[in-house]
Amino acid sequence: MRVGIPRGLFFYHFYPQWKTFFNRLDWEVTTSPPTNKKMAGGGILTAVSEACFPVKVLYGHVLELAGRGVDYIFMPRLVSIEQRSYICPKFMGIPDMLRAQIPGIPPLIDLCIDVSRNEGNLYRELDRWAKKMGLRPGRVRKAWNDSTRATCELEAICRRGYTLGEGIAIWEGKTAVEPGPGDLTVGVLGHCYALNDPLISLGLFERLREMGAAVVTSEMLDPQKIEAAAARLPKRVFWTVGRKMVGTALMLDEDPEVDGLIYLTCFGCGPDSMIARIIEHRVNKPFMLLTVDEHSGEAGVVTRLEAFCDMLRRKRRLELAHNLSPYGEFLYSH
Amino acid sequence: MRITFPHMGNSYIAISSLLKELGLDVVVPPPCSKRTLELGTRYSPEFVCLPFKINLGNYLEAMERGADAILMAGGWGPCRFGYYAQVERDILRELGREFNMVIIEAPDSRLTSLLNQVRRMGIKTSWFQVWSAIRLSWEKLKAVDRLEALQHYWLPRVTDKGRCEKMIDAGLKAVDGCDDLRRMAEVVDRVERDLSGLERDVDNGSPLRIGLVGEIYTLLEPFANYCLERQLGRMGVEVVRDVNLTQWVNDHLFGGFLPSAPSLHATLSLAEPYLQYWVGGHGRETVASTVGYARRELDGAIQVAPLTCMPEIVAQSVLERVQEEEGIPIMTMYFDEHAGEVGIITRLEAFLDMIRWRKMKTGDTDAKNLFGSRCRFCQHEFGGS
Ligand code: SF4
Ligand code: SF4
Repeated sequence: MRVGIPRGLFFYHFYPQWKTFFNRLDWEVTTSPPTNKKMAGGGILTAVSEACFPVKVLYGHVLELAGRGVDYIFMPRLVSIEQRSYICPKFMGIPDMLRAQIPGIPPLIDLCIDVSRNEGNLYRELDRWAKKMGLRPGRVRKAWNDSTRATCELEAICRRGYTLGEGIAIWEGKTAVEPGPGDLTVGVLGHCYALNDPLISLGLFERLREMGAAVVTSEMLDPQKIEAAAARLPKRVFWTVGRKMVGTALMLDEDPEVDGLIYLTCFGCGPDSMIARIIEHRVNKPFMLLTVDEHSGEAGVVTRLEAFCDMLRRKRRLELAHNLSPYGEFLYSH
Repeated sequence: MRITFPHMGNSYIAISSLLKELGLDVVVPPPCSKRTLELGTRYSPEFVCLPFKINLGNYLEAMERGADAILMAGGWGPCRFGYYAQVERDILRELGREFNMVIIEAPDSRLTSLLNQVRRMGIKTSWFQVWSAIRLSWEKLKAVDRLEALQHYWLPRVTDKGRCEKMIDAGLKAVDGCDDLRRMAEVVDRVERDLSGLERDVDNGSPLRIGLVGEIYTLLEPFANYCLERQLGRMGVEVVRDVNLTQWVNDHLFGGFLPSAPSLHATLSLAEPYLQYWVGGHGRETVASTVGYARRELDGAIQVAPLTCMPEIVAQSVLERVQEEEGIPIMTMYFDEHAGEVGIITRLEAFLDMIRWRKMKTGDTDAKNLFGSRCRFCQHEFGGS
């Protein structure tokens, strides 16, 4: 059996786990290539125009896989991946959306992952699927349990300072390019599938590094500290990513190493429209909201990033001058 | 303490009655207007959905009239509504407003939570008072629903649309002012009698029937949908809408178990072939209702939602297939602060024309029934009668 995993949405969190899962069942796994203009174009034509860009890009990946003649496409219904939290209504409907709009789509493996109440749901769902596929439920459960280790591995890699995209490459045994040190440090917030997709983010990470800024993302931080910081809000944020972003922003805001924060959001993203505002009004560091969609051009983004980095550098110089003013004679001596 | 709450169509009639009967001093926000939206938009996050912006405008205008407390519902996702109150409070605080925010959170979004909060404000209410307050506002909800249904039925069928609308408005006002449980039904009965006395539009004996689906706020708040129902009624279309206030209260506060109240629970399974899971908001209801409308042989369905509404975008994505397989024409309309009335009327007219031609082609009925006695384009008379 050959199953295709589209390189979109939570691919960037779970690809290692999903791949391991199917490998344990002796299935062959293939993925779509990194997003290119043609794939995105296909998605834009197929999805409703009001959908956000990441959803359109996902459509593009599914179309690509459908064209490659895989036996199945893995597109789980990610309702909830942790207790009392959701991701986004669109994640809850995506398998139905794809089936409705892509004629001749290969059969979807649309495992419903909903652990908002408890883990039991997930195992019942695995059993149901096992039966449908004529597999032994025990074997499927074991494959799933074994596969969760891959997520831990990916997380451990990222904690060493890699983005999720780089983390996946390393996990697959490729050597990653070491990001050089920068004279600035910028916290970068946003959904993993926007940040790590070079077409959606217009190469945000790379651009920033070229401009001499080291990037920090939530995956590089201690998740418990992120949770603790997010818990300062009067009401718990019920979106998994949203809460992580709030916690990350509050944490980085207090980190003296970090010069500023950038929130990359996709035009029309529901949760971000609220989360970005919550963050913007709670952080003291320079904050930039970068809204992108399928019409965004690289040039415009580069200009804004350059202006932001320049501003951070000026600010840093000013602060240095201010802090060192009693010892002003040393200021320009090195 | 003077308490206010956000508008959603005619729901203010029941909400203000409930709060008043509980002994609270209530400030009903002025009806939603351009100014409401402008105020709300000025201070809201740019890309948040439209109901948020209008809510915020409601609060600001109510505060101008002396409100210093806000009653709002909460929720635990997956959609934005559950976090509305939090961000709205942030914004108002940053604007320097001083107020109390009473947020009713699920899972105890039941009345007990409201009562406890009311009691904490130092207002004493007996259980008897509570019971009569609930009964009265429930009757008001039912009366409002009936009046809206009357409008759906009569507006396309009478010649003097303006008078028909005035009668409905007068009825709503009378229900708002009525505090006698038993007289509520009489008020509506009288409106019904008056309506049936109006001159009928003989050219529109069997009007087109269009079902409305979509996000509940956009469905129920005429200001958010550019008075869609009245526009349709004036164009001679009978509106059908499964979502209404009593249905909402029944399904969301009483688990759909209130006898004698409409519920969408039973119809949800109609969505199953197209959408197999709930998606927050009214996404699944939208799909289920549309299928239901098709099976009830309505002539078409219109989906309405605020721009960027997530559950409705999911629903819209599968509605294309519903349209094909169930054979019902569907149009989706998104609304935001930039929508314009002219554009909306043009789209409605085009949709209705399409439906009429389609009906004529399938030989359902003749042109005269569909277009009135004269052709809209060249004014020639149909059927020679
Ligand atoms: S979270 Fe935002 S970007 Fe992601 S699918 Fe939902 S609306 Fe789109
Ligand atoms: S259902 Fe639509 S309008 Fe309501 S909160 Fe969600 S996105 Fe906004």
